[in-house]
Amino acid sequence: MEGRTRSFGTDLDNLKATELTLGLPGSEKLTPTPVGNRGSKRTLADVNEERFLSRSGSSETDSAESSLEASPPVAKAQVVGWPPIRSYRKNSFQAKKVETESAGIYVKVGMDGAPYLRKIDLKVYNGYKELIEALESMFKCFSLGHELSGMEGHKGSEYAVTYEDKDGDWMLVGDVPWGMFISSCKRLRIMKGSEARGLGASP
Amino acid sequence: MSDDEDDDHRRSIDLAAGDKPGGGVLSSDPPPPFSDQVLENVLENVLQFLTTRHDRNAASLVCRSWYHAEAQTRRELFIGNCYAVAPARAVVRFPRVRAVALKGKPRFADFGLLPLGWGARFAPWAVAFSSAYSWLEKLHLKRMTVADADLALISSSLPLFRELTLFCCDGFGTPGLAYVAENCRRLRVLDLIENDMEDDEDDEVVDWISRFPETHTCLESLVFDCVRCAVNFDALEALVARSPVLCRLRVNPHVTLGQLQRLMARAPQLTHLGTGSFRFGQVGGEQEVDLEPAFVTASRSLVCLSGFRGLTPEFLPAVLPACPNLTSLNFSYAEITAEQLRPIILHCHKLQNLWVLDTVGDEGLQAVAATCKDLRELRVFPFHAIEDSEGSVSDVGLVAISEGCKKLRSILYFCQRMTNAAVVSMSKNCPELVVFRLCIMGRHRPDHRTGEAMDDGFGAIVMNCKKLTRLAVSGLLTDKAFGYIGKYGKLVRTLSVAFAGDSDLGLRYVLEGCPKLQKLEIRDSPFGDLGLFSGIQHYYNMRFLWMSSCKLSLRGCREVAQRLPHLVVEVIRERCEEEENVEAVEKLYLYRSLAGPRSDAPPFVKIL
Repeated sequence: MEGRTRSFGTDLDNLKATELTLGLPGSEKLTPTPVGNRGSKRTLADVNEERFLSRSGSSETDSAESSLEASPPVAKAQVVGWPPIRSYRKNSFQAKKVETESAGIYVKVGMDGAPYLRKIDLKVYNGYKELIEALESMFKCFSLGHELSGMEGHKGSEYAVTYEDKDGDWMLVGDVPWGMFISSCKRLRIMKGSEARGLGASP
Repeated sequence: MSDDEDDDHRRSIDLAAGDKPGGGVLSSDPPPPFSDQVLENVLENVLQFLTTRHDRNAASLVCRSWYHAEAQTRRELFIGNCYAVAPARAVVRFPRVRAVALKGKPRFADFGLLPLGWGARFAPWAVAFSSAYSWLEKLHLKRMTVADADLALISSSLPLFRELTLFCCDGFGTPGLAYVAENCRRLRVLDLIENDMEDDEDDEVVDWISRFPETHTCLESLVFDCVRCAVNFDALEALVARSPVLCRLRVNPHVTLGQLQRLMARAPQLTHLGTGSFRFGQVGGEQEVDLEPAFVTASRSLVCLSGFRGLTPEFLPAVLPACPNLTSLNFSYAEITAEQLRPIILHCHKLQNLWVLDTVGDEGLQAVAATCKDLRELRVFPFHAIEDSEGSVSDVGLVAISEGCKKLRSILYFCQRMTNAAVVSMSKNCPELVVFRLCIMGRHRPDHRTGEAMDDGFGAIVMNCKKLTRLAVSGLLTDKAFGYIGKYGKLVRTLSVAFAGDSDLGLRYVLEGCPKLQKLEIRDSPFGDLGLFSGIQHYYNMRFLWMSSCKLSLRGCREVAQRLPHLVVEVIRERCEEEENVEAVEKLYLYRSLAGPRSDAPPFVKIL
């Protein structure tokens, strides 16, 4: 259970043995390393989910973790799709928690060739790098290539990330300061590089 | 409440697996002589009395004229896998269909294991039905991607259309619903259950409720708890008021308690009610009213109660008058404790279906066991769906249920801790079990008292529950558990496996031992090519096999694809940056098909 004893100094490490928990005695040992580990990925969705759950978890269920509220709540990496609960059901509980927080900036994201749209909250990201990484993760199965050309010009990359601003113009992502971007972005679109080349990006 | 995988209980018919490729189009034969025509007419009249799809499939195999007659008289078409047959072929063989049930994605798609954009689009079917099935009345879709345009097409092409059920679908939004409301003048049923609807921008949200005809409607059922945006409440109230035969109404969480009371006043004859949120509106401070009188009136007819998303527990006792007549109760979105559940459940003597959250704890389940002697189906969902949380239900609750509810047929139970003894207890106390799904959320977790694997528990289930057709296993399991399943699970049709087994032997036991196996879904288990090969004799009898994060290789999957030409073998990649021909197979989905490899596969799907 390496994750539990984070940077609180060795004194707390020593106190671990005398710590009161709600688990059964010896229950901490009953979590062997999973065998078929190839499926254990921690996607962005899972990380976000943990953040939600750690904020919303009631104190009696967090036991030893209650004193470590700053750190992520789970010691083991969460696995995609486990436990097998439909996202519909999971979202029903998260949605309530989200309502009580400040409203995020939700924009739709579409990609040429992908027959679906996603909605993301721009407030969750700290800058362009995180945003691009998130988009890559979301649309990973449509061959984005290693770099989305949001920032460094679009040579060599197939796709460009663009956004529609308040005036209805389509701009290349990355040209304006982040704060200005999230306040003016209405929706995002990942376009094929050839189409994006025609966009005037500079003022 | 939605029926999950209960195919046997549906009065629907399957496409015959034995249909020979190329044998579908028989219209080129010369017309039969006169006496044969008479015989065929007689046959058609007789065959109309065959309703189940299994009987109809059998009849169609007798001889050519029976095949014809059956095809002409089939009214309900069931297609368990939308890629098993091409739409054109289906409508040509069965020209007079009135009701269609169509299923798309494999179930593990619900848990994020199938990348978005995989397929199961309804569009080609919508096109086929709108031109060929002018008398189509009912459509039931599960796990399909349905676009607004598809709903527009269906609703405007089918004059007799009256029943639409969308279960676990996605791709549509309020515009699609508006088409249905507006165009389907004879609509009786609009059931939207657990769909992942498109989030419409504020300016794109359509007031679909207002699109229903302004005259009296024939609506019998209106279920829209999954619609994320608020509906026009005044329009809803007016709609309910002019729908005299409405008996099932399930609203979304935007509907407040005050609004619910108004709806109940307009529809005192409801048999199924979904309450939406069960709290008073915060915006504008809605006045609190007493709902008990509404439930007193409702108790005369109400048998099914659900909703309670965002429940204010102190208002819960208002439902008490309705409890004695309830047969179905869904509290699975209500975070209530045992103390809050007990006074309610105490009155629910007739309850047959109960869905709860594990917040009620073992104590809550004990209260259920003490009162609900007629319980047939129980589902206990986790509030904290993560592995290391402190679970509140355990083997104690399971044993209590097994001792109190001996008529139990179906159980879905999420927990953190379990013992073999408890599972064995249930196997002995509940011989009527048809569905047993136990999810011990910690991966590879053994019996928490003995430290042993959970083999014996599940072994007892397959041994003692002679009617078992659906099984989901979890916890620490060795090949021995699969040995039991293969040896005793002779009626098992659906099996779900996760993080279990030691070797290919496990998979072999199941594929060689379970003759009725139709749907096998496996994840994160050490089964490889050898195990896969052991099913070659059986795959044509199955609807599908799903294996993800196992030990399969591309070579092994190719071999299966070559040996079984009517099997579509899909290898699904997660990341596209990998080379195309990486030997290790991340996800395998194979299914029998008359249609051959599909043409709409996205780039991350390779069909071998």
